[in-house]
Amino acid sequence: MAVITIREALKQALREEMIRDERVFLMGEDIGPYGGAFAVTKGLYEEFGEERVRDTPIAEGVIAGAAMGAAVGGQRPVAEIMTINFALLTLDQMANHAAKMHHMFGGQWSVPMVLRMAAGWGQLSATHSQTLEVLFAHFPGLKVVFPGTPADSKGMLKAAIRDLDPVIFIEHTSLYGVKGEVPEGDFVVPLGKSDIKRAGQHCTIVTYGRMLQQALEAAKTLANDGIEAEIVDLRTLRPLDIAPVIESVQKTNHAIVVTEEWPTYGVNAEIAARISRDAFDYLDAPVERVGSKEVPLPYAKNLEQYALPWAKDVVTAVKATLA
Amino acid sequence: MSTAAVKKAGKASPNGEAQVSERPMPDRETLQQWYREMVLIRRFEEEARVAYQQGKIGGFLHLYIGEEAIAVGAIHALRPQDHIVTHYRDHGHALVRGLDPQRLMAELYGKATGVAKGRGGSMHFADTSKNFWGGYAIVAGHLTIAVGLALAAQRTKEDRVAMVFFGDGSTDNGQFYECLNLAALWKLPVIFMCENNQYGMGVAIEKASAVLDVHHKARMANIESVQVDGMNALAVHEAVQQAVEYTRSGKGPYFIEALCYRYQGHSVADPDKYRDPEKLEEWKKRDAIERVRSLLVEQGLTDEDIALINADVERQIKEIVAFAEASPAPDISTLYDHTYAEPEHQAMVAPAT
Repeated sequence: MAVITIREALKQALREEMIRDERVFLMGEDIGPYGGAFAVTKGLYEEFGEERVRDTPIAEGVIAGAAMGAAVGGQRPVAEIMTINFALLTLDQMANHAAKMHHMFGGQWSVPMVLRMAAGWGQLSATHSQTLEVLFAHFPGLKVVFPGTPADSKGMLKAAIRDLDPVIFIEHTSLYGVKGEVPEGDFVVPLGKSDIKRAGQHCTIVTYGRMLQQALEAAKTLANDGIEAEIVDLRTLRPLDIAPVIESVQKTNHAIVVTEEWPTYGVNAEIAARISRDAFDYLDAPVERVGSKEVPLPYAKNLEQYALPWAKDVVTAVKATLA
Repeated sequence: MSTAAVKKAGKASPNGEAQVSERPMPDRETLQQWYREMVLIRRFEEEARVAYQQGKIGGFLHLYIGEEAIAVGAIHALRPQDHIVTHYRDHGHALVRGLDPQRLMAELYGKATGVAKGRGGSMHFADTSKNFWGGYAIVAGHLTIAVGLALAAQRTKEDRVAMVFFGDGSTDNGQFYECLNLAALWKLPVIFMCENNQYGMGVAIEKASAVLDVHHKARMANIESVQVDGMNALAVHEAVQQAVEYTRSGKGPYFIEALCYRYQGHSVADPDKYRDPEKLEEWKKRDAIERVRSLLVEQGLTDEDIALINADVERQIKEIVAFAEASPAPDISTLYDHTYAEPEHQAMVAPAT
């Protein structure tokens, strides 16, 4: 198996799907000769040309909306929104239209589009540093994918492109350089399936995206202290595969939900509620949550780093839960 | 075939001057069909209004009455393979496109036999078999869909155009500008069909738009545009024919502003206290149906012939209402249907008990 970065895995997925299916095309800001703000599409313009790798104006509404219309018209668009912050400008298109069409018109047609976007931060201050997946995950009709490994990034992007429904595909800027093994060949990871990334018997950590990597790091530290954490990677936030979470908590009797978002009204609130309802009799302690501190993310490096959740915060939360 | 009648129709050129048409007048059979369709729209909506007031139809009911000439003139200038996307005042467009009127009324009644199985209601008529991709209820939000459909057609080199209907209110919204810009930039085969009824809900255009000649807004994206008398089906038809030819030839989008006036309030729930009744009466003197009716009389139809058409529409209306009344409501067990198209993900959609 080749060891590649998440950035490379994503590019492979795009390239392979473009070769496989003429209907697949890319559109977005600076994805052409510039190569993408985070270099995910670098080289694809040179290989496929401007008809299939389309630079767009800085107009997120029509990027998402034209992709949606093209999907209705039988194409398989993959639109890139430079960062998830700008995806707020696509909410009318995605939430009011793409999420609704299949249901609202009685199942007559579907919207097979992918909207890729990068979450993340890096001293970019409040408007460029948000973790907003919960906004999209709120809507029935949308699918929300947030992988945290190279293999999942490649396999799930390929699955998203082949999917009949609108998929919000979230990447994380701090993960683009993360390396890992990716199987050769036409490797597809189905959407809507949570995955046990680490087996353990003392506690269950539920997570996804960047915090998967932080949780894996935390688990190593905890293992040195004799604590074996089981890590359930949600990977898809909607439709949510909660069964592996509940089964794990029934085994470990302790649950910590770890996300990068603000916890209030967040994905981790939903997961905590599900665990509390469906595994209540198995819990030896209240469900704990780890997330960002509830402020707009500041520019100053020390403030920024302090506001974000890290592996050490996971370690602290696990130990508090087990105490 | 007279060209004079089309000139009489009052189409304006882009610079506002009257233009002598080279196009032949539609033949009598065609005009008869248009007349019948406009009467059907009006009677369909009058019946819907009664049913709404009886509580048989819920939600909002936005009537197209008074604007029938635009749907008839525009849609008959398209081919069946051309795409249509429209706004929430969508009954007229759907009927002219040939969606089953019985299933449309059933949709208004919220019945399982409705075009959207009772999921969409008045604002969301659609039928994919007619390339009629929906009425949409977010002002200006639906323009992107037509832009995307045009992009799909351009990518596959299919000979089809997309037409999107919207009101003057949409042209004040940011998504409108994004759509015009991208459509012009990529030379997409889309026709922007603005039905300027001069009110965005209850606010007059003078209080909402800095530009009152709405078609001038197309200039910001270098899109060809024309203003046309939206009370005159012939004028609309000719303008759209011209737009379609332009767009089909690969020159990119076209913008048409059809000036019109709705006879009713914004919706049936609107008592329409903000408009001048005298002005409304002035517009009604230019009634679209009456105009085609007098053309038919000029062409030799008798009052009796026209009464026969009207009677045939009445017969059809009775069937339409009877079908909607008799149809069953959607079964509760179907509530979660069509959340996702992928079967394995649809299977994960369950009641949140």
